[in-house]
Amino acid sequence: MTARTRRGLFSALAIIVALAWVFPVYWMVNSAFLPNIILQSFIPTFFPVKATLSNFTGALADGSFFSALGMSVAITLTVVVFCLLFAFLAAIAISRFRFRGRRSFVIAVLIVQMLPAEGLFIAQYKMVASVGLLDSVLGVSVIYIAAVVPFTIWMLRGFVAGIPADLEEAAMVDGLSRFGAFMRITFPLLAPGLVASGVYAFLQAWNEFTVALVLLPSEAAQTLPLWLRGFVQASATRETDWGQVMAASTLVAVPVIIFFLIVQGRLTSGLVAGAVKG
Amino acid sequence: MSTIAPRRGIRAPYVLIVPAVVILLAGMGYPLIWQFVTSMQEYGLAQQFGKPAPFVGFDNFVTLATDPVLWTVVARSLAFCVLTAAVTLAVGTLLALLMTVVTKTARLILQIALLLAWSMPVVAAMTVWIWLFDRRRGVVNYLLDMIPGVEMNRFDWLSTPLTFFAVASIIVIWMSVPFVAFSIYAGLTQVSDEVLEAAQLDGATGFQRFRHIIAPLIRPVIAIVLLLQLIWDLRVFTQITMLQDAGSKSGDYDLLGTYIYKLGTSSQDFGMASAVSILVLAITIALSWFYIRSLLKEDEA
Repeated sequence: MTARTRRGLFSALAIIVALAWVFPVYWMVNSAFLPNIILQSFIPTFFPVKATLSNFTGALADGSFFSALGMSVAITLTVVVFCLLFAFLAAIAISRFRFRGRRSFVIAVLIVQMLPAEGLFIAQYKMVASVGLLDSVLGVSVIYIAAVVPFTIWMLRGFVAGIPADLEEAAMVDGLSRFGAFMRITFPLLAPGLVASGVYAFLQAWNEFTVALVLLPSEAAQTLPLWLRGFVQASATRETDWGQVMAASTLVAVPVIIFFLIVQGRLTSGLVAGAVKG
Repeated sequence: MSTIAPRRGIRAPYVLIVPAVVILLAGMGYPLIWQFVTSMQEYGLAQQFGKPAPFVGFDNFVTLATDPVLWTVVARSLAFCVLTAAVTLAVGTLLALLMTVVTKTARLILQIALLLAWSMPVVAAMTVWIWLFDRRRGVVNYLLDMIPGVEMNRFDWLSTPLTFFAVASIIVIWMSVPFVAFSIYAGLTQVSDEVLEAAQLDGATGFQRFRHIIAPLIRPVIAIVLLLQLIWDLRVFTQITMLQDAGSKSGDYDLLGTYIYKLGTSSQDFGMASAVSILVLAITIALSWFYIRSLLKEDEA
């Protein structure tokens, strides 16, 4: 077998794997557009023939999607803004200064980053309930920011450390104040890092299910993931309307997929950077 | 690392970390302390209604340690976690290697497919997979049924623990492989072509080249990715909850996350729920330690 045919065979295999891997995503969109009568059949229809939007209108009919969307947007915005602000300040501290307690702070940040929601959500529920913040944007946001800020600090630390402090010093020699040097030199260079961290925080807050489930018990305060689960449950009490469920899933997934594609490169390198560079 | 010697006193860094410290204490620190205290209390239904919680020392932990149900759940969770992480790593490594031997177009197609799967929100991914494994109209049963001699029509995947967790594992693997494949591929691109060619000229077979050149070079990436997978595969609350919605909520289908959730919500036993939570945190931190150390090294570099 020549090198060329071998490359060809491997490429064919890669394309088959790619098709298999993407199939569930395709299947979600395909089913979302198929009329119910076709989905009822025992033989699956693999292409969106006779495509219809009726599943989408059905899923949106009672308006609960929009209330969940509003809740998700409010929580996500709060988390992104405060997470970026807090993480940005802390990242400057640990990458620009040597100070007593720095190492303890870094270790604490790294440990908190690993803690699973499953190991804390009962305690977080009791805490949030005791201050009367169940079903509120604030209660969930505090927990989310605390959960997301460590990785964001870590990500931004890499960006800040990558900008030589000499640049700032040079600007200060040229007559800028320290704050001015920071705002004019360092801050613009940090913009890509802030975008990447912001999207990371967005994805975490937007997709989160476990903490939301315990902290937002009432139906009126549901976020999109909770809404989608409730939608499936409600549908399953009759015969599950898979067309509508897939339309609902598509509505929840599409914005996430778009944002994710923007930052994925930085996410991978952020998590394993040290190991990859060796 | 380039640092500026602080000129205006040493206060600046402390001021800068205050907001992060405050939010971490509020969102994580306080619940953590509450949990430690509660795990040593009798905190059940009566305490929900204001009865003071008596201090019981390590009683909750003793109860747990002697509870066969808990050990079944722990063993099941660890087995699920280790098996899923191992398969994820194997498949991810194979796909990363595959990316290095295909044409540019094929690689791009594979990478886009993996990215799309990776970006799916967990809840949406779960609904699709449950639909795919649907007993009557699911594509999986339909395709399996087409194989001659296989009778899978109306097979209910979620009705026995073994097939239930097999489905859960397949879904988690599907979602996790992209991260593993991309990370290991990034590591592989650091392996020098010249060294590989030299080895080939010296007569090393493909497997020998992998075993003696590639594998040692990407070992650090593999170690970290495996650790992260182990940690992440312990936290599959969302996946198991959604599958239980579609299948059975019986205790035979619980992993640690859903077990704690049920202790806290249905049984209202916060003392025991806290004790199990601490067990989960302990397992996670023990697993993470190596990862945290490697990140710290990066910080000091």
